[in-house]
Amino acid sequence: MNTDNRSPPDALRHVKHILLILSGKGGVGKSSVTTQLALTLAAMGHKVGVLDIDLTGPSIPRMFGLEGQSIYQSDEGWMPVVKFKQGPGVLKVMSLGFLLDDRGSSVVWRGPKKTAMIKQFIKDVVWGELDFLLIDTPPGTSDEHISIAEELRWANPDGGIIVTTPQNVATADVKKEINFCRKVNFEILGVIENMSGFVCPHCAECTNIFSKGGGQKLCEDLDIDFLGSIPIDPTFVDLIENQNSSNSNLVELYQRQALFPVFQAIIQSIHQNGAAPRVSS
Amino acid sequence: MTAEVSQIVPPDYHLKEAEPEHCPGPESENAGQGDACQGCANKDICESLPKGPDPDLPLITENLSQIKHKVLVLSGKGGVGKSTFTSLLCWALSSDEDLQVGAMDLDICGPSLPRMLGCQKESVHESNLGWTPVYVADNLATMSIQYMLPEDDSAIIWRGSKKNALIKKFLKDVDWDMLDYLIVDTPPGTSDEHISINKFMKESGIDGALVVTTPQEVALLDVRKEIDFCRKAGIKILGLVENMSGFVCPSCKGQSQIFKPTTGGGRRLCEELNIPFFGSVPLDPRVGKACDEGLSFLDQHPESPASLAILNVVEGLRDAVGDI
Repeated sequence: MNTDNRSPPDALRHVKHILLILSGKGGVGKSSVTTQLALTLAAMGHKVGVLDIDLTGPSIPRMFGLEGQSIYQSDEGWMPVVKFKQGPGVLKVMSLGFLLDDRGSSVVWRGPKKTAMIKQFIKDVVWGELDFLLIDTPPGTSDEHISIAEELRWANPDGGIIVTTPQNVATADVKKEINFCRKVNFEILGVIENMSGFVCPHCAECTNIFSKGGGQKLCEDLDIDFLGSIPIDPTFVDLIENQNSSNSNLVELYQRQALFPVFQAIIQSIHQNGAAPRVSS
Repeated sequence: MTAEVSQIVPPDYHLKEAEPEHCPGPESENAGQGDACQGCANKDICESLPKGPDPDLPLITENLSQIKHKVLVLSGKGGVGKSTFTSLLCWALSSDEDLQVGAMDLDICGPSLPRMLGCQKESVHESNLGWTPVYVADNLATMSIQYMLPEDDSAIIWRGSKKNALIKKFLKDVDWDMLDYLIVDTPPGTSDEHISINKFMKESGIDGALVVTTPQEVALLDVRKEIDFCRKAGIKILGLVENMSGFVCPSCKGQSQIFKPTTGGGRRLCEELNIPFFGSVPLDPRVGKACDEGLSFLDQHPESPASLAILNVVEGLRDAVGDI
């Protein structure tokens, strides 16, 4: 580990806020929450970067309709893929998915190779000026997590947003992730409960498929902020899957979604207890 | 684009630079001593590598020699139901008193299996035969890191090498005894745990893998990668099951697709990649509830469509390993 250099990485010099999206459990919606936070922030006129450090299962390119895009190398480093640029709002994306030739190929890497790639993602991506850098992580508390914590050690990130689903099996793993955050001194900005209830399109009855209230209870038990619950909304999956057949940008389309105000409220509460920008504007 | 993405199962060592033209091979007898090695930046690495096969492999093979069928439960994606399915397989198989079943949890950072089998408070005992697994029933033995944690929610912040060492212990030092089935639950991804389990069990023989997915493309995308991994690693795919497929509203019985199969779901993927399709299991909130409580959903609701679909998968699996 780099002990003599205690300054934040140069590539993050103009990034005001760094947020990590974490969960001990897989498939709870980390990437989906990351995507929606990014779309909402960009729609609100912020400059947003999304960094996907799930190396063996990157979902971010698919979420933003960017599969098949590649990363170009400039003199300064890797140029992220620009998804949206309009007025003040900008949305840039970086993922290992952009470096693979075939979407079906597996990336069979042991820890040290993953560590090297994450180091490169932190040091060599040319983000430029950003209001928010959102880092989407894989499940667990292993190589990727230890590495990102080490790389960001002097970068003063705002903290982690924890995603869970309501059932005990998920909150049990999420507790482990919270303990991880405490060990590596990541501030916990709050918990989002995803897949919280499904409203039947036929009869409008709400069913709690993955139980209910687990996120809230977790927050009470561990004394952390609850940021909100997000219902299961199949129209969001439709939006993601059909985005490339529309002429409008995903950021514009997303603003018509029922979940948009839900995420606006979540961002509001993150702002309220959020940290001061890392760099002055 | 200069980043090179290796597509093969990687070795255990990491060279400082590419091998020179006449490299004898980092794992060969003359590693570090050939003419080409003089002046090569990797010389020290190659010289220090252990030569010959891993001495623990025969011990693992010996320890697993009385296990008839070894099945991995895999998925590239998290939260699709790998542990749920492992637990259901265990309940279904062990309901036959003549079958001895073992379940091994390889998910070290997020072990869910003990909770689902209702034994997360148990701990492992050590005897002169090795570690004694935790018995859920007379014929159902389980092993997980959860049994060794000081607190339920202790985080295991381990890099890959440490996880590999524990996996080796699970295979070498756990007294599995005689089993008809050893079901191995895995974490999502294609990394250390997956490489190691394949390497350690190769010699004793893995029957194959049961791949679990959910219907939407974001999950199938990762599952494709896992299947690609299996093919490269030489693991036979016994079949694929699509979980959380369709939801029937309990109040109006109207059906909805929560995780829409926009690209044809698991069935289509199986046709595309030519692997057996074991069927779809509908989303039933009672399955999750039973897992949270550590009870067998199959015992609680034997007549439900989900139970019937699950039993169908179990039958397909037993058929695929040549058991029935």
